Amino acid sequence: MKGGLAKISMIIWKDLLTEIRTKELFGGMLIFAVLTIITFNFAFDMTGTGKEASGAGAMWVAFNFAGFLGLGRSISLERDKGSFDGLLLCPVDRGTIFLGKFIGNLLFISLVELISVPIFAALFDLNVFQPLLLLALFLGTLGFAAVGTLLAVMAASTRSREVLLPVLMFPILLPVVIASVRVTTLILTGQTNDVGAWLNLLGAYDVLFLAISYAVFDRVVEE
Amino acid sequence: MIVKGKSSWASSLGMVLGLLTAITMAIGMYLGLVYAPKDVIQGNAQRIFYIHVPMAWVAFLAFGVVFLAAILYLWKRALIWDQIARSSAEIGLVFTTLVLVTGSFWGRPIWGTWWTWDARLTTTLLLWFIFLGYFMIRAYAGDRGRAATYSAVIGIIGFFDVPIIYESVNWWRTLHPESVVSVTSANMPGEMVVALMVCLLGFTLFYLYLMIQKFGIERMKDQLIDYQYALSEREAEGVTTA
Repeated sequence: MKGGLAKISMIIWKDLLTEIRTKELFGGMLIFAVLTIITFNFAFDMTGTGKEASGAGAMWVAFNFAGFLGLGRSISLERDKGSFDGLLLCPVDRGTIFLGKFIGNLLFISLVELISVPIFAALFDLNVFQPLLLLALFLGTLGFAAVGTLLAVMAASTRSREVLLPVLMFPILLPVVIASVRVTTLILTGQTNDVGAWLNLLGAYDVLFLAISYAVFDRVVEE
Repeated sequence: MIVKGKSSWASSLGMVLGLLTAITMAIGMYLGLVYAPKDVIQGNAQRIFYIHVPMAWVAFLAFGVVFLAAILYLWKRALIWDQIARSSAEIGLVFTTLVLVTGSFWGRPIWGTWWTWDARLTTTLLLWFIFLGYFMIRAYAGDRGRAATYSAVIGIIGFFDVPIIYESVNWWRTLHPESVVSVTSANMPGEMVVALMVCLLGFTLFYLYLMIQKFGIERMKDQLIDYQYALSEREAEGVTTA
């Protein structure tokens, strides 16, 4: 298992190094997320009473969009340069490759959130720095990255991958979107009674879909 | 020769099933439209229920078959499981569309709206989109094996996702009438139950009939691809030896 961890961290390190050298992913995702938040500021009325609910929605839509962009790019980068084939030829378990790519994607999206959440909080004047809210943010991102890594690998080897990834992911991700937006709204409006149930739902979704993705990844990359 | 024998066996089974389907559905329509009493509150609008509920059942049955066939395909890698899965998925998608449409027709007079974001409606709509994705990834995959594997993954994920979508939307808000038929007690007049049961049987037979037809078509499509491939290989061989 210790060897497995080392291998996973090697894959993550490879992705980080690629990003440091090419700078193709992170900047684009971040700017995209912030621009989405800014656009929502004009799409909704952010001065009135309902700004907590619209704000929570705006934040999650921004992260989802930026996430789609990042996932698609991170895998197509691998596919274009043939490095994914190299990765598959490595003497490591396919599940390990999945975990490496998954944690790498999780890391990238989390970094984007780390910078854009404070910007969001400042622009919308909402206090988002609460432990439960940050936990929901993490669990939601985890579920997104788990399903997203698997589907992005699939979509990347098809024609019209940019279109296919969101079309496949949006319906499957709906529980994550509902639960995350709900938790965020409830915490921002101070109604913390039902938060536990929603966090459980998010946690259950994460565990289930991480397990499925891990189990079928081997079959997917065989093709 | 063996292939031919098989297909004639399947086509006679298909004929028998088709005949049974037609008879059962005709009886079901009579029971639903004439025999069953008019609903006191909803009036005749309630009668759409005799096709709406069986169609929903067929859609879920079809996606259940997709799920099992998808697992078997990923496990055994035999093309027959993919042929079954994609046949069933197509029937499921058609019936999901019909469920959404007939539900809307009922919702307009009874709820006063074509659409509402309650748990069952939203889940059914999302299921529809998931299986639209199923066919999109098949169309864009390019290669037959890849299409089968990728769509199998979507079939499996979709099956697990549906109860979670249902729960999450249910917690969010709900308006759909509660299930009126349960195993222990049926909360409606006996005539209605009889009509519903006959319609359920009719639509299930219809599903089996469609499955046999569709499976035959999908199998022939794959055979055709194999023949075309063999033919092009032989032609290529001829070119190199000449």
